Formats: sequence, C-alpha cells, structure tokens
Amino acid sequence: MDLLIIFISAAVVNNFVLIYFLGICPFLGVSNKLEKAFSMGLAATFVMVLAALVTWLINNLILIPFGLPFLQYVSFIIVIASLVQFVEMFIRKMSPTLYRALGIFLPLITTNCAILGMALLAALRDYNFIQSVVFGFAAGIGFTLALLIMAGIREELEMAPIPEPFKGAPITLIIAGLLALAFMGFAGLISG
Amino acid sequence: MAEGKVKRNLVFEFTKGLWGENPVFRQLLGMCPTLAVTTSSVNGFSMGMATSFVLICSSTIISLIRKLIPNQVRIASYIVVIATFVTMADLFLKGNFPDISKALGPFVPLIVVNCIILGRAEAYASKHTPLQALVDALGMGVGFTLALTVLGTIREILGSGTLFGVLNFEPWVVMILPGGAFITLGLLIGLLNFIKERTGKPASAPACPID
Repeated sequence: MDLLIIFISAAVVNNFVLIYFLGICPFLGVSNKLEKAFSMGLAATFVMVLAALVTWLINNLILIPFGLPFLQYVSFIIVIASLVQFVEMFIRKMSPTLYRALGIFLPLITTNCAILGMALLAALRDYNFIQSVVFGFAAGIGFTLALLIMAGIREELEMAPIPEPFKGAPITLIIAGLLALAFMGFAGLISG
Repeated sequence: MAEGKVKRNLVFEFTKGLWGENPVFRQLLGMCPTLAVTTSSVNGFSMGMATSFVLICSSTIISLIRKLIPNQVRIASYIVVIATFVTMADLFLKGNFPDISKALGPFVPLIVVNCIILGRAEAYASKHTPLQALVDALGMGVGFTLALTVLGTIREILGSGTLFGVLNFEPWVVMILPGGAFITLGLLIGLLNFIKERTGKPASAPACPID
C-alpha cells in the first residue's frame, strides 16, 4: 500500500516534469517526435532505477555511517555520470538494437536534473531501499508520460497556424502550463 | 589601441549575458530552477544570486586550470569543481538564510546540473583567460538573476494580488501554481521574440543545449 502511494504520487500526482519542474531541458528539447520521446523516456527510466539503487547504497552504507553527508552532491553526481557511462558501454556490448534506440540519449541523461533530483529527494525523505527503487521507477514513468503527451501534442501542432514569435519554445511552454493545470486534477487521488 | 580593444571586448562579454544571449530568455538554459523557484521575487532573486556565485567561481577556477585538465575527463572535472561550490553555497544558505534555503528546497543542490554553468564552462571558460571567463560569468549571472527576478515579480503581483500594498484585487492563484510558471515564461519569451522581431534583428530561436 505504502509502495503504491509512493508510485502514484511520483508518477502522476507530483509529476516530476509538470509539477516538480525537473528535467525541463529534455522535455523541451526531445518532445517534438513521439519515437524520440519514447526512447528518451525509456533511457531515463532505466538510469533512474539504477541510480536510485546505487545512490541509496552509497548514502546509507558509506556517507551516513562515516558522517560525510556534505559529500552527497559531489558523490551523487559522480555516481550518476559514471553509471550512465557504464550503462552505455554495457548496452553497446550486450544489445546493439537497444543501443541504437537509446544511443544518443544516454549521455544527455547525465545532466538531466530529474535523475539527481530523484536521488536527492529519496535521500531527503529517508526512503528505505525498496521505497527508493520504486520511487526511481515511478519518477521515470512520470517523466516518460509527460514527454509522450507533449510529443503527441507537438506533432499535431506542426499543422497549426502559430504566430511567428510564439513558435518553438514559447508555445511549448504554454502547452506545458495547460498540461500542468490538467495534472493538478490528480491531486485528490492521494491524501497528503 | 590594443588596450582599448580589450576593454571594449570585456564590456561586450558582460552585456551579451544581459540581453543578446540572456541565458533564460534567449538560450533557454537553466529552465528547471527558473520555473520552480519564481513563486516570489525574493525567491527568484536568491536563486539567481546562488547560481551566479557558483557560476562566477567555477568559471574562474576552470579557466585557471584549463590547461591542466586532459580533454577526456574534462566534463567530470568541471562537475567536481561545480559541485564543490554548490555545496559551499548550500551550506552558506542553510546557515545564514534558513527560510530561503527551505523555500528553494532541492533546487540549490540541483545547481550542479544547471546547464548554464556546465554550458559556460564547456563553451567559454575552457577556451578563454580567467579575466574573460570571470566577466562572461558575471554577465550571465546578472542576466540569469534579472530574468528570475522579473519572472518572480510578475508571478507574485498576479498570484498574490499585492504590489507594495497599492494594488488590491482578487489574486490569480494559478500564477503561483506550476501551470502559471510555464504560461508566464512562455508568454514572456514570446513577447521578447516579438520585440526583437520589431526592432529588426532576426529572432534566432536557439535549440535546447541537449540536442
């Protein structure tokens, strides 16, 4: 039950992109085509689950017992960066098909603030191991969801007569605003 | 002659961050904190200052050690330098301004992955002298702070319905909510594009740094 609430809260009610404003860069940059958006979401979800797992271990087995929580930011970002690198090498060796699908999106994930944000939020809320991993997975699903909805709308938008100054980023931001309002409708789904 | 040229060059390096290459309105960098913390002008301003501090320090340091860093590990080295200054800024805010630190929440540590800082390190500081890097970072920092303060002020006026106690109308709660952040920024960028178009300069819409 507890895990279900964490999942729904991170994926829908407090959607990482639309409510927490994490991962806005890929949200604006990669949301113009459905396929690209899906690959990006998949890659991010994959890294998020791994990052949740590894950062929890580092935080609770190394940083906290040795009284080094001030090294949290440095160590988390290094872990995420090397994790991404490692995953990229691993996928390239193991599954060329998957690599072609995710390939160029993997390096971009290092600077995706949704990953680091997820790790920091999980540490801040004192989640246990299972909760952290579920939280990471849910955050990835929420990110993918927002990206897919946006990509679907933007594909339709290509035909729309948008005033010249509003083309590109401005109209995307305004649509994101309307989506964020729509997502607020989920707020009653869980209490607290 | 040469000295005058250098000076004018430095002035240009500073002013380009304010308008022509404003990180928020022109380059669309650092969107996450821009949208998240601008619920009030104070929050926007503090976030801008914290980011500027990290940007200025890390740009200068990176420019100083640019010849020592091997090319293959440069991004990792930049991130370590940046994360160090972010930790300093975070501890400083926690110690001296606990209220602001609480309001900004996880967005202070997230300065580490703010693309303005890594972007300036990679595109500018790693190729220029420390003085140039410092001035460039100063301009970008001021431009970022300015953009955040403007956005925060607009949202505060409309969302809380107050401006120095003069105005008094039913506040638009939506402006404080996440949706209001996206819509305000979208309209602002659109407006600036419109102004740029009118003044004759071609409105370049730079893509997000990640693609």
